[in-house]
Amino acid sequence: MAKQDKKPRSTIGKIARRTFLIGSVAVAGGAAFGVWRYKTPYGNPLDDGLTEGEAALTPYVKIDAGGVTIITPRAEMGQGAQTTLAALVAEELDMPWADVKIEHGPPSKAYYNAALLEEMSGYPSIDNSSKAARARGLTQIPAKFIALQVTGGSTSVADGYEKMRLAGAAARRALVAAAAGRSGIDAAELTTRGGAVILPSGAAIAYADLAMEAAKIKLPKALELKPKSDWKLLGKSLPRLDMIGKATGTAEYSLDVRLPNMLYAAVKMGPMIGAKLRRHDASAAKDMPGVKGIIPISGGVAVLARNSWAAMQAAGEITAEFDVPETLPSSEAQFAAFADNFNVDHLDSTKRNDGDVEAAFNGGDGVIEREYRVPYLAHATMEPMNAAAHLQDGQFDVWIGTQSPLSVQQAAEKITGLGAENIHVHTMLMGGGFGRRTETDYAVQAIEIAKAVKGTPIKLTWSRENDTRCDVYRPMAMARLKGQVKDGKAHALDGQFMCASTMSSAMSRQGMPVPGADSSTVQAAWDQPFDIPHYRIRGYHSPQQLPLGYWRSVGASQNAFFHDSMMDEMAHDAGIDPLEFRLQSITHMPSRKVMERVAEMSNWGGNLPSGHARGLGFCLSFGVPSAQVIEITQSGEGIKLIRACAAVDVGTALDPRNIEAQVFGGMSFGLTAAIMGEITVENGAVVQGNFDEYDSLRMYQAPAFEVAILENEPHIRGIGEPGTPPAAPALANAVFALTGQRIRELPLGKSVDFA
Amino acid sequence: MKTLKINGQEFQTDADDDTPLLWVIRDEIGLTGTKFGCGIAMCGACTVHVDGAAVRSCSYPLGAIDNEAITTIEGLGTPDALHTLQAAWIDHQVAQCGYCQSGQIMSAAALLKDIPNPTDDEIDAAMSGNLCRCGTYPRIRAAIHAAAKVAALKPSGEGE
Repeated sequence: MAKQDKKPRSTIGKIARRTFLIGSVAVAGGAAFGVWRYKTPYGNPLDDGLTEGEAALTPYVKIDAGGVTIITPRAEMGQGAQTTLAALVAEELDMPWADVKIEHGPPSKAYYNAALLEEMSGYPSIDNSSKAARARGLTQIPAKFIALQVTGGSTSVADGYEKMRLAGAAARRALVAAAAGRSGIDAAELTTRGGAVILPSGAAIAYADLAMEAAKIKLPKALELKPKSDWKLLGKSLPRLDMIGKATGTAEYSLDVRLPNMLYAAVKMGPMIGAKLRRHDASAAKDMPGVKGIIPISGGVAVLARNSWAAMQAAGEITAEFDVPETLPSSEAQFAAFADNFNVDHLDSTKRNDGDVEAAFNGGDGVIEREYRVPYLAHATMEPMNAAAHLQDGQFDVWIGTQSPLSVQQAAEKITGLGAENIHVHTMLMGGGFGRRTETDYAVQAIEIAKAVKGTPIKLTWSRENDTRCDVYRPMAMARLKGQVKDGKAHALDGQFMCASTMSSAMSRQGMPVPGADSSTVQAAWDQPFDIPHYRIRGYHSPQQLPLGYWRSVGASQNAFFHDSMMDEMAHDAGIDPLEFRLQSITHMPSRKVMERVAEMSNWGGNLPSGHARGLGFCLSFGVPSAQVIEITQSGEGIKLIRACAAVDVGTALDPRNIEAQVFGGMSFGLTAAIMGEITVENGAVVQGNFDEYDSLRMYQAPAFEVAILENEPHIRGIGEPGTPPAAPALANAVFALTGQRIRELPLGKSVDFA
Repeated sequence: MKTLKINGQEFQTDADDDTPLLWVIRDEIGLTGTKFGCGIAMCGACTVHVDGAAVRSCSYPLGAIDNEAITTIEGLGTPDALHTLQAAWIDHQVAQCGYCQSGQIMSAAALLKDIPNPTDDEIDAAMSGNLCRCGTYPRIRAAIHAAAKVAALKPSGEGE
């Protein structure tokens, strides 16, 4: 891990040194840590970037004459995290929303994500026992040491909920103390309002005016946070801080970075990331119009040109041979291998084993056995992978949309040989992430190109075909489930879930091993809130084929389809209403409530126009119970989606309108996968290249929708992912209700036509 | 050398005639609000107006431009002087990642010029060439309807 070296500070303006947040304040705020070293604070990463007249009161609050800037530790990829994280700080700081400015935090261990490893604690998210809480608390220790500054796992809000409010409260306390010092009035007599400290006379001293004095204040160890009843910003739907830029084309993505004398790069890629260039012939490319250079790099051959198009055209003329880690079997051969691997040699985990399923099935009536399968999926962010980079003497800059800026910094250190203090990672807005931008492959390529043409800034842009064929994929997967209904209730359920390990594929690219089983293989299967007397969930691994990565909702994206389709099959097989059937086995109150709510919204059980049908899908993932009902009809062009209802429980809803957007957005992402998403392998490579072969839901296909947000869960949860998993089972279950055809393989479009 | 009229301004370019307009606009001239998504006119992120008609600039060669007026998202409106559609986009908080939205808004602007008060089906027909991976379609639809209402109240149509 990179050491955060500090440059010597000399200017008076650089008086930012407050690193208390992760030390004393966090402890005083309620988190209890058992290991002394864990409390050792990381430096304030804002120290180095301050200019004359700027003060950084915490790693999250920077003030200068122009006002307050809130630094968000997580990156904006569309999920609205920057806006909500800023609102947490602004609330405690009593800032008017219109005055709030934001920046992405630089790479720093100080911005580690404490919530990221909680899912790996080994306890289901709905287990609120002290034992489970202790195990989750312990995951914060490795989280701190590994210092993962990662945006993902629907964790931004859960991680920032207390941290960001404390940052605001601490900064406010310092500003009030500074005003007290200046005015000679006791701090208890002072209030804050509208971005200023208000004196008893009514006179206001703007925060900007107090910053330098505030930075010298020694802060108390205990801070009080506002009670929820006093919230003015939180709990309300706020205008997103990035909205005007995104509606006017002025929001800046890394693709939009322009530097003087910059050259534009494209790349001839190998058949997958990790492929090694063996030989290449660029003779047809090097003299093409506008071409300025040919540079062999990791995983391909780069072309530099006067514009991106000239570079892409030339890259298309390069012939190259690559060594691939292994020869890929076709998708069909891979499914056949899966079918052979459901055995003890490939058993990865048994994370749930209640009762005795074997005994229950033995001689029991009404046992059904089903097999399901799903294909590989690509992320297909609208903005293809790209990065701009510039190596100069003793300094390196990279502009990149990334979910993991520290990983980019580390890659740059390795390639350029410079220290972290001379590497500047500018985290840009992302034109979609969905997990793809946790990787550093495209960053590595841009850094290598910039190094090869030291002194000249470059921007690498992948073609859409590069992006689709050199992704890290959601694994293809297969599941076998066996179920039994007794007295109208689920009596036994035995699920076997098979795929290659996403975690070990992703971690191996970071040079880290994954000890033990991969919980993502059985994610959102082993921890569902159903109370079934005999209930076993086992994960199986199969050799890795394509590189795998985190795809919005990760293992839940396939396992919800497997698990919840099976619940639906068991209900229909026993002649029980699918909603009633699920409710009978749910004891977890928030899960029950979302199901009941979605039933109300969709008028479940009520009359439908003739030729219409509904399907219910449910999944608890990332701590969020999420239930969806989709209404469909048969049209002349195929099945048409009419209406979608979703209910989620996030514990505490900080920004309802953004949560609604994320739920429908997540669901829409899941519907695309359910209807048409499929990456296949033939002749050792990915077949699909562009949107003509790997399309997405389009406007005419999108249903009307309605979202209900519940707050029965005791913990606050993130919502970027939980909208995705129930979409596929809800739609497949609706197709069954409409047509009587039970489809056990995604995408559904292979079996039925959609309009 | 060729002269392009973009957003009411003239720009010179010596790019080859077969260079798609998208890359001339973005890389040669430096207007980056227009985005690259696919390069084969399948996603609409690169949508601009050529004499008021929505075109996919990634597949529109420079040589096909004669003397037409080109409008990009920057020419439709600015943060200080929003187009009715941009204001509606902000009111409805449409964007998530935002990357496709320049193209969405340009397609919507061409639609409203042709059909000032479109039905849902007309919106579907005009907008289904614009992909969004974040799932903003319902809000796009609502924003287009809202903008149509506002535009109808205005004494004169908005120019480009």
